[in-house]
Amino acid sequence: MQTPIVVQEVHKNFGEVKALRDISFTVNEGELFGLIGPDGAGKSTLFRILTTLLLADKGKATVNGLDVVKDYKAIRKIVGYMPGRFSLYQDLTVQENLDFFATIFNTTVKENYGLIEEIYVQIAPFKDRPAGKLSGGMKQKLALCCALVHKPTVLFLDEPTTGVDPVSRKEFWEMLQRLRQKGIAILVSTPYMDEAILCGRVALIQNGALLKIDTPQQITREFSKPLWAVKAKQMYRLIQDLRSFEDTDSCYAFGEYLHLTLKHGEADVDKLRAYLQPKGHEQFDMVPITAGIEDCFMELMKSEKQQ
Amino acid sequence: MRQFFVFARKEFYHIFRDRRTLLILFGMPIVQVIIFGFAITNEIKNADIAVLDQSKDHYSARLIQKLTAGSYFRIDRNLQTPKTIEAAFREGRIKMAVVIPPRFGQDFFHLRKAQVQLLADAGDPNTATTLVNYARAIIGNYQQELNGPAALPLTINTTVRMQYNPALKSVFLFVPGVMTLILLLVSAMMTSITIAREKELGTMEILLVSPLPPHLIVMGKVVPYIVLSFINALVILAMGVWIFGMPVKGSVVLLLAECVLFVLTSLGLGILISTVTDKQQTAMMASMMGLLMPTVLLSGFIFPVESMPKPLQWLSNIMPAKWFIIILKDIMLKGSGLREVWPQTLLLTGMTIFFIVLSIRKFKIRLS
Repeated sequence: MQTPIVVQEVHKNFGEVKALRDISFTVNEGELFGLIGPDGAGKSTLFRILTTLLLADKGKATVNGLDVVKDYKAIRKIVGYMPGRFSLYQDLTVQENLDFFATIFNTTVKENYGLIEEIYVQIAPFKDRPAGKLSGGMKQKLALCCALVHKPTVLFLDEPTTGVDPVSRKEFWEMLQRLRQKGIAILVSTPYMDEAILCGRVALIQNGALLKIDTPQQITREFSKPLWAVKAKQMYRLIQDLRSFEDTDSCYAFGEYLHLTLKHGEADVDKLRAYLQPKGHEQFDMVPITAGIEDCFMELMKSEKQQ
Repeated sequence: MRQFFVFARKEFYHIFRDRRTLLILFGMPIVQVIIFGFAITNEIKNADIAVLDQSKDHYSARLIQKLTAGSYFRIDRNLQTPKTIEAAFREGRIKMAVVIPPRFGQDFFHLRKAQVQLLADAGDPNTATTLVNYARAIIGNYQQELNGPAALPLTINTTVRMQYNPALKSVFLFVPGVMTLILLLVSAMMTSITIAREKELGTMEILLVSPLPPHLIVMGKVVPYIVLSFINALVILAMGVWIFGMPVKGSVVLLLAECVLFVLTSLGLGILISTVTDKQQTAMMASMMGLLMPTVLLSGFIFPVESMPKPLQWLSNIMPAKWFIIILKDIMLKGSGLREVWPQTLLLTGMTIFFIVLSIRKFKIRLS
């Protein structure tokens, strides 16, 4: 069995813009590999190179041992690809879309029904509805069905959960886990950092370069600084105050809390309390917490920017 | 093969579910043929005239009767005094006034010379000239009739016979012209738009990352339009024949085969346009400006190629439409067979092969 995805020192420029710089990673059999990064980081460009739609300027990439430039025809037979933009026929019904994509991949819905059954039963009640009239989550499920219908060995999902409600997002990731267990290698990209924890391994990408590749657990373990969750009644004023405090290292809003690191760790806590005292924040609360994957990413992205 | 069939079926779904496409495909040909056939004509039919008959004798009455006997002229009013002529023209209803002087019949037989004055509204010079010529011809006939067979002194009469289109019906020019336009529009514009749409909506990305070979993608997109264009050609021909009395003197099979050939030429152009555009808007503009405009202006459909400056005449030679219109007119009006139209046919075939080969070579197997 060939390694599903191998990327070696891939570079890609669009004119002056460096879209990808020196990208290297591998995705192993049955692995769910996440590509995490903000919009414009180069995720879609990388996907298009791997799905043979774009040519890299430099570097080499193989999918299932097949070269993305030379063997593009063979690759197109074995991969499933779900582009970032919803790319099904909006005026065709759910059933027609599915049948169409099954046919152009030389198969039938029946033949590989086992693979898509779980997903398909959820959209089956709407099978006579035009795809354009489905909700965001349903659209993505249908697109996943279409990408899976020919039983691909490698699956490329470019931001499959963007614009999808939280419940559908959770369901979608559960489906990906089950597909992974069936032995399909999956490369998935997402701008949502909280989804990183659901991947086997993740790569953080920013401005066309990979910052780190590891398991989410290892990445969180490596977060060395003490971290606090801070809360007060007037959050906006609190974040202003904390950011203007001289020994604040970083301060980001995470839901109802602010996550705070200090330049000298524990040693600064008393100084901070003294600094905040005269500002009179009501319902002030500050508790030490262990870092989540998002804290690690924010930290990584911050240190990258400083370089 | 099943892939191709399913692909073509998908394309039909797109066409039949989009009301606008349907309207362009089937509404436009009919409307255009009717507009060109009935409204925009430069032939004379029931032109309103005014008559000032100052003679009011038997001969002047006969002359007026002759004028209105055909379907060319219709008397809008009879005037009483020369002064009212001006006013009648100003009202704008009449196109021409016929003035018969007093003692018209007497003069004709005694002085052997009589005058009739024709006043035409030269605000529209083409119509004015045509009207005057028609009236002159009728008056000339009448004169001969009065002279009788013993026409002395000897005179030379020129008899003009308009070959192939004796009634000078402009519809005979417009039906081939409109047919050419419609086939070009449907085949070239619609296919370039439909391929550009796949790119714009991102579905082309998925189609490319599939085992479908590029030529199958193009064929699947194009074949439905071949079928629909052919139906359009049949509809236009049927309207031409049954509504406007257009003859089809040559072989119908050859005519339809030439239609198919021209559809293929246009499709080749459409695919070529779609390979260089990735927005529906751009594709539409490119087909409009790059194909339709030159076709209307240079194909000889509206302006005769012979009266163009030399450079434009050369340019008109690369318009596939020019050759198709020639073929259509030869087959329909002259009854020509393949023996007469083979040079044009060969030329069109060459153009078709050139466009299709070029567009297949230019078709991108990747995104950029």
